[in-house]
Amino acid sequence: MILVPGRSQKQGTSLNKGKLKDEYLAVTTTAELNEQDMRRLKLSNGDKIRLKSDVGQAVVTCTGKKEEDLPSGMIFIPYGPSSSQLMGSDTAASGMPMSKHMQVEVTKVKG
Amino acid sequence: MPEAAAKAKPKESKNIRIVKDATCTFCGCVCDDMELTVDLDAHRITKAKRACVLGRAWFYEHTLEERPVVLIDGKEASLDEGLDEAARILVDAKFPITYGLSDCPCEAQRVAVDIMDTINGNIDTTTSVCHGPSGMAFQGVGESTATLGEIKNRADLVIYWGGNPAESHPRHFTRYAVTPKGMFIPNGKKDRTVVLIDVRKTPSTPVADIFVRVKPGKDFELLWALRALVKGRKISEDIEEQTGVPRETLDDLVQRMKNCQFGVLFMGMGLTMTRGRHFNSGAVYSLASDLNEFTHFVAKPVRGHGNVTGADNVVAWQTGYPFGVNFNRGYPRFNPGEFTTSDVLARGEADAAMIVASDPASNFPKKAIEHLEKIPVISMDVKETHTTRLSRVRFAVATYGINTGGTVYRMDDVPISLRPAFDSPFPTDQEILEGIRKRVKKILSGSKARVAA
Repeated sequence: MILVPGRSQKQGTSLNKGKLKDEYLAVTTTAELNEQDMRRLKLSNGDKIRLKSDVGQAVVTCTGKKEEDLPSGMIFIPYGPSSSQLMGSDTAASGMPMSKHMQVEVTKVKG
Repeated sequence: MPEAAAKAKPKESKNIRIVKDATCTFCGCVCDDMELTVDLDAHRITKAKRACVLGRAWFYEHTLEERPVVLIDGKEASLDEGLDEAARILVDAKFPITYGLSDCPCEAQRVAVDIMDTINGNIDTTTSVCHGPSGMAFQGVGESTATLGEIKNRADLVIYWGGNPAESHPRHFTRYAVTPKGMFIPNGKKDRTVVLIDVRKTPSTPVADIFVRVKPGKDFELLWALRALVKGRKISEDIEEQTGVPRETLDDLVQRMKNCQFGVLFMGMGLTMTRGRHFNSGAVYSLASDLNEFTHFVAKPVRGHGNVTGADNVVAWQTGYPFGVNFNRGYPRFNPGEFTTSDVLARGEADAAMIVASDPASNFPKKAIEHLEKIPVISMDVKETHTTRLSRVRFAVATYGINTGGTVYRMDDVPISLRPAFDSPFPTDQEILEGIRKRVKKILSGSKARVAA
């Protein structure tokens, strides 16, 4: 699936409280998935999922979004330490890592 | 007043200060119409009139925290000890880098550039992982531009591409580009057409009259097709299959762009951080230029941090280049991919880092963070972050715009002076950087001057 990290309002307000505070960490470890994809992967809101890219992995909580809002195959997450763990360092001579179009595998974390 | 009535009244600080026309430095909108109510006894802002949700969080959460001004290897130290250690780390390094700078005033930024110039180091700002690709495109194809004031007063077609201002720059809509009434836009939003182009629906979508969903990673193809249609050329018949956007939607958009009185295309990081990067930004700038054959059209990047635009300006004034600048040979060289911080760290080249008002340890690629953990780091920040935690020398500093004055640049390159709300016992970024510069120059003057590699 394609992971698209980005700004969210909660991320913006919580980082003012502190990036090491629980609120910011909770916001940046909650990924949005299309509801159809969640059903296909047998996921429910609040389940833990493992996102795995070529360079790393991160365990985050998932929450569903309507098909009309988030297309199938796409995951959104407020950017932060979790998305960094999945980001490759190749910038294609631009200085900019591929920060918004990461290929990831999604698996449910049991227990 | 009777004694009983006086006792019933809620306790209020009498030491209140009102700061009019204060500036919010949280995001690149740099709104300078704030009215702050400051409780000088509690050292906090209790009301921020006209601030958006992000601005309120910025003003209310930046109080005076109990923190040591200096920590060296996690132990409290004096300011002099911190400055001495920071200067020694930088002078001893073979490839010292400075990164960040987008959340401090221009007056601090220029000192940081001077330090790197003095020690033949490498200077880069958060621009490289923000609109650095747009900066590269700007150098390649130029920019048809305007201030946000011109856009407010004139723009009747407003296009946002790859951005979500409702969550990242809430007042971009209400103060500058969508709802405000302007000189030639007397009815505000009623006189404008707003288009939003993105890979997903966001809280910004309801603001738009037209929402266009593009397939992820297909922005360049869509932009190039629009350029072709504007010029009256043929485009591939399978454009919808390629980009997810029907041909009739493209035709409609082209007609609107060619027939508007004043059009603006705002680009977000949905263009610079995805496949295409600077080619996407270059296509946006080129499309805006093409449209000037028919009407007046401009393109602007929507900038993130409060003074990231100032960082571009200051680094460009002093080195000739906006970011990713290396002084290793004794003169400035600019090369994104070579001298940009993410690359320099991921390749393991830097052997010391000074991070000013930024947190690369929480948002850089994993490999770059792993290298940052191995080298001596000097950090300056108003709060504890992942980067301050891994730093050998950490300075706690005052908050710019709240505790300190100075100059910042709005995202449209308009400079704005800051009006601080209350004093802080913490030093400013500028004071720390000036202290380091003084010591660096003293060390170098006492030994053989650093020889260019």
